[in-house]
Amino acid sequence: MEVLQLLIGGVAQGCVYGLIALGFVLIYKATEQVNFAQGDLLMLGAYVALTLIVEARAMGWSIHLAFWLALPLTMVIMAGFGYLLDRTVLRPIIGQPQFAVVILTIALGFVFRAAAGAIWTTESQTMATPFTGKKVVIGGAVLGAESLAIIAGTFILAAILYLFFRYTRIGIAMQAASQNQLAAYYMGIPVKIIFSLIWGISAAVAAAAGVLLAPIATIDPEMGFIGLKAFAAAVIGGFGSLPGALIAGLMLGTIEPFAAAYGTRAGLPKGVPEVSAYILMLVVLIVRPQGLFAQVHRKKV
Amino acid sequence: MRNIFKTSYVQDIRLIEHGGHVFWYGLLLIAVFAAPLLIPQFFVGEMSLVFVYAIAGIGLMLLTGYTGLASLGHAAFLGVGAYAHNYFVTKLGIPFPFALVMAGFVSAAVGIAFALPALRMTGIYLAIATLAFAVILDQVFSHWASVTGGFRGVPVARPNLFHLDMNLFGWAVNIAGWEMKTEVHFYYVCLVVLILITLGARNILRSATGRAMMAIRDSEISAQSMGIHIARTKVTAFGLSTFITGIAGALLAHKIQFISPEAFNIILSIQLLLMIVVGGLGSLHGCFYGAIIVAFLPQFLALMKDVLPPSIGQIPGLQGGVFGLILVLFILLEPYGIYGRWRKIRLFFEVFPLYRAATFKRRRGYLKTERMR
Repeated sequence: MEVLQLLIGGVAQGCVYGLIALGFVLIYKATEQVNFAQGDLLMLGAYVALTLIVEARAMGWSIHLAFWLALPLTMVIMAGFGYLLDRTVLRPIIGQPQFAVVILTIALGFVFRAAAGAIWTTESQTMATPFTGKKVVIGGAVLGAESLAIIAGTFILAAILYLFFRYTRIGIAMQAASQNQLAAYYMGIPVKIIFSLIWGISAAVAAAAGVLLAPIATIDPEMGFIGLKAFAAAVIGGFGSLPGALIAGLMLGTIEPFAAAYGTRAGLPKGVPEVSAYILMLVVLIVRPQGLFAQVHRKKV
Repeated sequence: MRNIFKTSYVQDIRLIEHGGHVFWYGLLLIAVFAAPLLIPQFFVGEMSLVFVYAIAGIGLMLLTGYTGLASLGHAAFLGVGAYAHNYFVTKLGIPFPFALVMAGFVSAAVGIAFALPALRMTGIYLAIATLAFAVILDQVFSHWASVTGGFRGVPVARPNLFHLDMNLFGWAVNIAGWEMKTEVHFYYVCLVVLILITLGARNILRSATGRAMMAIRDSEISAQSMGIHIARTKVTAFGLSTFITGIAGALLAHKIQFISPEAFNIILSIQLLLMIVVGGLGSLHGCFYGAIIVAFLPQFLALMKDVLPPSIGQIPGLQGGVFGLILVLFILLEPYGIYGRWRKIRLFFEVFPLYRAATFKRRRGYLKTERMR
């Protein structure tokens, strides 16, 4: 049953990668900006949720009520934060080289980390959730309820996002803006506001990922570095493809624990399991630079 | 205002454009050579750190500022240079100057080995690939213990010029050499290397290779149409950049006197980027301004810790946060960096009542999508 346990743990970790990667892809697809601060948005989301839950518990609320109120509230707060971030910091540099945005978001990540350290201290904290420490036994394998909650949460979120982009007016406007900004603008779509909304959604998804990740990890200002691995997932998935990001995230999440468990037995050099995500990404980038689920169209001359 | 009327091609690519350069750069040279006699030893040490950072900055500037290839993992090449140099000096007993150059070549070899497959990518994908490569190199530093000392790192001896302790064809050769005992000696070594590298970079930039690099930065398609071999030029740029960065790494190893994998992590890569962005992308002057900021800011913050209220001064990630904030402000307010600001100020006085802010205005264009290729 070791395999099943590794698999579920890996899939849960992969779901978190997938959710962060989804945030990368959402922003990239719509605005062609690469947001290196996505992992730090996750960190901020986790801290906001932690604060809300601690406050609610202090008022004597039950853990269930506190958690299920904190989750949507955190997503709303972070969505507002993402919207304002785009409005104030990123909109002024629209039209400048892409590289400027990369450096800008990396720098923002540093600022967020320092701010989080100042507000919540740098000590690792754990978040109490209704799933913490519960076990589910399926077919002889003991599985953590946290892992199952992550998987369920990811699928619900993915379904909501799918329905949103497929059926709502604003979701379709977002698709239009991501396919062709200029044409969307001519059709009367307020592209700038759409961009800010996308940043909001992306921050909310990151916050949800942070809340889901919190039970299986500790919360500290450095937890955003998980974003680098999720980044690898986004690249492997083809950077412009939402399902690709999720699938690649799941792939990375499942490869890692197996590489760690069987890698040395299989004769891999030390250190390879830790960087398996990056090796996979480099291979994909070299062999198929547009990613596995690409959306590149050849320009017709 | 100084007007230079260029009448020949040779004049256009001259190293020294006019007499003013001779005067001011001469003055600067005298100042930096005389500095150790005038300032306290602590600042001499800090100055040599500035020089080392400036060398690394020139390396990254050739790649990012002049060829337009962003690297988010250049600290790893610093690491390659540092480890290779230390290995050559301590394990093989090669004299310092030769080990320094060989460390550069090792770093360049690693860089080219990475560049050959990686240059199929462009723009953001290349930046990501460099990041991934740096993480992988970091693991190599941690696990190849026989060369790198593993997680625990290795101490680095003081540099020793012309020390030779080898077994050459059966002859045991041992030359005592000249150990650089004080910071001042090391300062002069860094200074000389920096001057050589700066002149070298300046000469490369005015050669055909350098102009090809800039042409690729400005427009890959038009460069190709002019007959520039894109792939070869990019690999050359990568090689040159990593060569210079490797030399900087070797000097940095002596400067920090202890190398471990954490010394060359992503934070250092970001600091290098910060250096050239804040200094001014696309100008060698920018490397120097940026190096001064990156080298002195931690000292400045340490001093400010006592002045600021503890609630601000004691934030653990303060240094990273301040670096980030500076970077954000520069990108939003002065994308051309310190050197760009200096050019604006200079132009303001040169044309005094006629300065127009629009002279430097950036062209804003509609985003050209990268999905259509």
